[in-house]
Amino acid sequence: MNMNYTAEELAFRDEVRSFLEQKLPADIAAKVKRGRRMSRADHERWQQILSKQGWYATHWPEEYGGVKWSAVQKHIWDEESCRYGAPRSIPFGVNMVAPVIIKFGSEEQKQQYLPRILSGEDWWCQGYSEPGAGSDLASLKTRAVREGDHYVVNGQKTWTTLGQHANMIFCLVRTNTEVKAQEGISFLLIDMETPGVTVRPIITLDGEHEVNEVFFDNVKVPVENLVGEEDKGWTYAKYLLTYERTGLAGIGASKAALSHLKGIASRQKKNGRPLIEDPSFAQRVAQVEIDLMAAAISNLRIIASVEGGGVPGAESSMLKVRGTEIRQAITDLARRALGPYAQPFVEEELNLDYEGDFLSDQDGAPLSAQYFNMRKLSIFGGSNEIQKNIVTKMILGL
Amino acid sequence: MDFRLNEEQQMLQDTVARLVRGEYEFEKRLKYSESELGFSEDFWKQLGELGLCAVPFPEELGGFGGSGVDVQSVMTELGRGLCLEPYMQTVILGGGIISQAGSDSQKEDWLGRIATGELKVAVGLQEPQSHYNLNDVETRAKKSGDGYTLNGRKGVLIGGHAAGLIIVSARTSGDSRDADGLSLFAIDPEAAGVDRRTYPTMDGAKGCDVFLKDVKVGADALIGTEGKAGDVIQYQAGRAMAALCAEAVGAMEESIKLTLEYLKTRKQFGVPIGKFQVLQHRMVDMSSELEQARSASILAASVANDEASDERTRTLAAAKNIIGRAGQHISEQAIQLHGGIGMTWEYSLAHYAKRLIMINHQLGDDDHHLEAYAGLLQAS
Ligand SMILES: Cc1cc2nc3c(=O)[nH]c(=O)nc-3n(C[C@H](O)[C@H](O)[C@H](O)COP(=O)(O)OP(=O)(O)OC[C@H]3O[C@@H](n4cnc5c(N)ncnc54)[C@H](O)[C@@H]3O)c2cc1C
Repeated sequence: MNMNYTAEELAFRDEVRSFLEQKLPADIAAKVKRGRRMSRADHERWQQILSKQGWYATHWPEEYGGVKWSAVQKHIWDEESCRYGAPRSIPFGVNMVAPVIIKFGSEEQKQQYLPRILSGEDWWCQGYSEPGAGSDLASLKTRAVREGDHYVVNGQKTWTTLGQHANMIFCLVRTNTEVKAQEGISFLLIDMETPGVTVRPIITLDGEHEVNEVFFDNVKVPVENLVGEEDKGWTYAKYLLTYERTGLAGIGASKAALSHLKGIASRQKKNGRPLIEDPSFAQRVAQVEIDLMAAAISNLRIIASVEGGGVPGAESSMLKVRGTEIRQAITDLARRALGPYAQPFVEEELNLDYEGDFLSDQDGAPLSAQYFNMRKLSIFGGSNEIQKNIVTKMILGL
Repeated sequence: MDFRLNEEQQMLQDTVARLVRGEYEFEKRLKYSESELGFSEDFWKQLGELGLCAVPFPEELGGFGGSGVDVQSVMTELGRGLCLEPYMQTVILGGGIISQAGSDSQKEDWLGRIATGELKVAVGLQEPQSHYNLNDVETRAKKSGDGYTLNGRKGVLIGGHAAGLIIVSARTSGDSRDADGLSLFAIDPEAAGVDRRTYPTMDGAKGCDVFLKDVKVGADALIGTEGKAGDVIQYQAGRAMAALCAEAVGAMEESIKLTLEYLKTRKQFGVPIGKFQVLQHRMVDMSSELEQARSASILAASVANDEASDERTRTLAAAKNIIGRAGQHISEQAIQLHGGIGMTWEYSLAHYAKRLIMINHQLGDDDHHLEAYAGLLQAS
């Protein structure tokens, strides 16, 4: 056993660090670290910088503009970029639809979409969930009926993250109602500018506009936009979910959040002393740090097994559950650290260019909202209950 | 033993429940919350007209002589409606301080107007550094002439933006965190040197911080004995904690009701999700947390108006600790069991969750009260 990085891996880490030191814009890093609001332009700016470096599409084969990083290298990148406050890439284009197109798409689709993802011309969103189909995704009802050289799509998708910015959506649609639920689903790429597509905001409990409803009313989609074979979409969707899940443990993000929490707890006071010195608060922080330490090793164990040629199995479901619980515990503590000042919600302090006095901690304003927002971690990407069902069957054989 | 409400208490609870049902359906609540005032002036007036703002005041002061249990009945229903009016601040905390420590003329001036709903009060006991320790007061009041000059800052006064009278704690002697040397002052929010920074709160209410710069008040602004307010503050904070416990129970009951309905109606995999055993057991856990919370609220109400004692302090700390934990458990599970819907602004559930979590940030969270309780543990 050897838990240390190799000399090459260490050299890679140095390279990553110096890239981040030089190229990560300070204003963007400040927004990420301090929980301030990010604009669409911020995401795009950072994506351009990554693309230029050739480090945007880290999961793709080199021939399409990807970079051949090992699992360990990806892990190093994740850790370091979180530590420096780099924004997480919006995954829908680069990490979700692209691997599906690369594996199952036509040559034309590859040529059409992959470069536009790299360059940031297309902003993708994910159209899986429907009001009646969440955990039970196979029960989806959005219909696509083939008429000549196009499909006519009718139905509704929901919880579409950042759909308000997107010009493309990849959807699971029902193309066959005669067969078993999983067998009549297809994977369609839809231009959101097509007549009949309507996007409506859903405001989340923290007041943010992060998700949307997307309605399809007789939307004509060219058949060229079908990925792979008709009625085989479920296979592609499952392939994509393994990609989605591996990132969801968010170990790097939790490490960054923990260090932010410690910063806040050392500025906040209790009985005239920094809160972090308070024995009971310190114990709570210690507990989550200990849990995170073990989860980080679990994460590395999965990475090492992938590196050794394995596929991430149901272990990544366990890690998703644990990782999201840890992240939620950190946001709970951050809110608690503010004491009575967890109550005010001072919107203007969420902007980086705010120049007034801070009501409480300089980074306090977003903390309660973040706590509520992070409840989503255990709901999306396959709820934690669903992950446990997977573990029950796949690992425990129950 | 009989845990049922007596006839009068039941009537009181029914009155409030009816009023809340009529005026506070969820869409209206959202509108009140978004308005400049942040609550319904009309609803507040009705509370006054129905005598509800006088519930806890002694009969000789025009009140109802209400017990802790009476207050509990009112607060539970206000919690069920997620009501935004500053009832706890004005009637329980403000009214309580004045009743306990005020001079005859202060009582006459203020309590009558509170009772009718004419006067709203906000009470500032904490400061940016105090983190729930109500003795951690750095605001200073210096004797000057007949009166005092106040300097300092009071934090997170819920409803303070709309208050006609602000009561603050300030140090007339001693050092930060000394229990001795605290005094209470009544301040006119419009007086020179008083600045309010108003903001919305996470749970849809409004509050403010109050900045005091060379604020001059007369001797008649002092409530109670100079330097001896520590006991009054602790006692009244205890009553307010009991009120918050009751409010939380109302919000928990609604959260659980909504979640249970959802488990019965939401179908996935061809069955109502309530058929999944893991969710059934979660629901059972939530319901037993609620039972614990109900008991805690009854306990708190039963000692709220007792004479000050370690026993009372300990009981109230225990109750607030349980309420804090149960509130968080129920909120988090209720959201989780709802899936995406539980995360939305449009649906009331998320707002109950926010209120419950914020109640834990008022007058001490579960950690704070666990520590308080531990400090009073008796070796048996
Ligand atoms: C902020 C946010 C962003 C999202 N972004 C996207 C997006 O971009 N694109 C997209 O397509 N979707 C998105 N989703 C949707 C997300 O994937 C679904 O919310 C999730 O799959 C759960 O579905 P549901 O909300 O319908 O809940 P339900 O499936 O109705 O679940 C309700 C509850 O029942 C539990 N449950 C259900 N089935 C079982 C079972 N068999 N055993 C035990 N428990 C069970 C669930 O775990 C949950 O607790 C997003 C959701 C959120 C909250």
